[in-house]
Amino acid sequence: MTINADWYLALGVVLFSIGAFGVLIRRNVLVMFMCVELMLNAANLTFVTFARVLHDIGGQVLVFFVLVVAAAEVVVGLGIVVAIFRRRANATADDLHTMKG
Amino acid sequence: MLHVTYLIILLPLVGFTVQLLGGRRLGDPVAGWVATSFIAASFLVSIGVYLDLLMVQAPVRTYSQNLWTWIPVDRLQVHASLFVDPLSMTMVLFVTGVSMLIHLYSVGYMKGDRDFSKFFLYMNLFVASMLILVLGSNMVVTYLGWEGVGACSYWLVSFWFTRESAASAGKKAFVYNRIGDAGFLLAIFLTYDKVHSLEYSTVFANIDKIGSADVTAICLLLLVGVVGKSAQIPLFPWLADAMEGPTPVSALIHAATMVTAGVYLLCRVNPLLHASPDAALVVAIIGAATAFVAATIACAQNDIKKVLAYSTVSQLGYMFLAIGCGAYEAAIFLMVAHAFFKGLLFLGSGSVIHGLHDEQDLKRMGNLRAYMPITFITFAVGWLAIAAVPPLSGFWAKGDVLENTWAAHPALWAVGVVTAGLTAYYMSRLTGLAFFGKDRWSAEVAIDAGDDLPGAHHSEGAIPEPHESVWIMTVPLWILAFFAAVAGVMAISSSRFSLASWIDPVFGANLYNDHLSSASVWALATIDGVVAVVFVAIGLRLWMTRAQRPALEAAFLRGAWYINELYDAVFGRPSERLAAFCADVVDPKVIDGAVNGVASAVRGSGALVRRTQTGYVRNYVLGIVVGTVFVLGFMLTRLWWS
Repeated sequence: MTINADWYLALGVVLFSIGAFGVLIRRNVLVMFMCVELMLNAANLTFVTFARVLHDIGGQVLVFFVLVVAAAEVVVGLGIVVAIFRRRANATADDLHTMKG
Repeated sequence: MLHVTYLIILLPLVGFTVQLLGGRRLGDPVAGWVATSFIAASFLVSIGVYLDLLMVQAPVRTYSQNLWTWIPVDRLQVHASLFVDPLSMTMVLFVTGVSMLIHLYSVGYMKGDRDFSKFFLYMNLFVASMLILVLGSNMVVTYLGWEGVGACSYWLVSFWFTRESAASAGKKAFVYNRIGDAGFLLAIFLTYDKVHSLEYSTVFANIDKIGSADVTAICLLLLVGVVGKSAQIPLFPWLADAMEGPTPVSALIHAATMVTAGVYLLCRVNPLLHASPDAALVVAIIGAATAFVAATIACAQNDIKKVLAYSTVSQLGYMFLAIGCGAYEAAIFLMVAHAFFKGLLFLGSGSVIHGLHDEQDLKRMGNLRAYMPITFITFAVGWLAIAAVPPLSGFWAKGDVLENTWAAHPALWAVGVVTAGLTAYYMSRLTGLAFFGKDRWSAEVAIDAGDDLPGAHHSEGAIPEPHESVWIMTVPLWILAFFAAVAGVMAISSSRFSLASWIDPVFGANLYNDHLSSASVWALATIDGVVAVVFVAIGLRLWMTRAQRPALEAAFLRGAWYINELYDAVFGRPSERLAAFCADVVDPKVIDGAVNGVASAVRGSGALVRRTQTGYVRNYVLGIVVGTVFVLGFMLTRLWWS
């Protein structure tokens, strides 16, 4: 039995929306990070789906690029988070507003 | 020697360069001797060129030398070329000759000055510029020299620039000359527009193509330039102030050479003036009016150099009068004679000023003939020459001018004769006050405190006993006195020195012919001679005995017809108010307003926009999301409707 491609896309939309809302409403930096990952992987799921539907290997290739970028981003991002936690215990994203104009 | 004509200009220029590079090291007096020797070399080359020019067998002796193409721009081809003909050769000879004598005199006069070598640097550059002006074969080269002499005049008038009056006199001379230069420049533009060439020969060959209105316009624009340079009405007040310069400068630049550049230029463009009788009449009227006005002012001045300055303006007026009548040869004759006797008078007055330790007030002189015999004898020759007492040069030169004026414009002749009487009178007043009567310089009168700056007027207390000047200053006096006395032989048509037979071919048919009978020539000459002798007698009789005659020194004349005050009220004050308005209103409000306005506008908009930068990540994310939704929504609607 095969599952219709629409369901994969719908799942991608749901995952992406959860990620976006998570970034918007959560204060914990690590959770916000995970939400960003969720959004990235929702996009990946969409890529793969279209690659299958359209018989285009390019979509699958792009997923690897996204994974590499995500990994790099996590390295930098976690580095920043660790640096912040060294200076202060218990920081939320809202506490870090020194760039206020 | 004709092919080395360029050396005449090059030698003073080399002298200038030597002074520029090593003048200070040469020092006093070597720098002066070096400068003098370069001018002397230039004079010798001029004589060589002159002798060769005499060999040229042609109705009009000319020689032109193209050195290089200076400005090659499409149809505008300006050559750095020189033109030698009897007119320019006459100028070259007397410019280099008189300059040489005045350089020699300056070695003595400027002795001990702080900027001794700088003085000779400017003087050499001046002579080079003057020779460029005279020898140029097109208007642009002439203009180069024209500006050069103007710049040197500015530097030399304000030579003692630590004195406020000298600095402002220099500025005044410069500004007045600039007004004139603008006219000259416009004349050049207009000429190029009509003829598409600036070579004098080409312009003159194409006069009939220009159209009479444009010829008059060119002449009048040139006249503006000439009036500025030669200190004629209405641009004459600067010359009196220019006397703030060292006396050799007054003699060389503001009597003998630079101020005659205007006379030379008008003679050079004689075909244009001949083609425009209206412009010529304007020249004649300006000349007559200037001659008279300046002579009246000279009657009431107390500064010995101011008298001579106004006298120069007056004599230049005579030259313009002659040119306006078409009597170019008479104008050149008077110019050469004037260079001799006015140079002599200035150098004589410099000797007096030097002997009296920088005193220039005539009322503080007197009886100097007992103390300065050489200066007195030579000065007396100059005095009688300018007063036109026969048989000295001034009599012949002025007689030549007045004869032509009588035939051309009898009314202007009357002005000329009256002016001749005034000339004899004020020069006798000057001589009477300075050299005759009682010695007033020994009197203890504190007039104003003199300062210790160079060339300052020392008027405090008694002046030490005057002394005769050193030989280096009296030798030029003797030489100039000789020429001032005998230059009249140039008027005798049969003599070897006849100016007319030498220079008349240059003007050809443009020269005015007065067609006077010999009886009327004799009558006119008699009138001139009688007027001169009578007014010399009156002047001496009045001023030998008494130094104070307030009735004869009207305040109106002492104030030079209040012309400075008039210009001050008409141009000076309004300009000052305009400047004050710009400084007080335009600058702080408009200029600063624009600058500060831009700054505060940027700051204000920045203050508004900075509110969006909250520093909260969620706000930024919201911005990104809303933006993405908006962009996607926009694209989807486009897709939907297409």
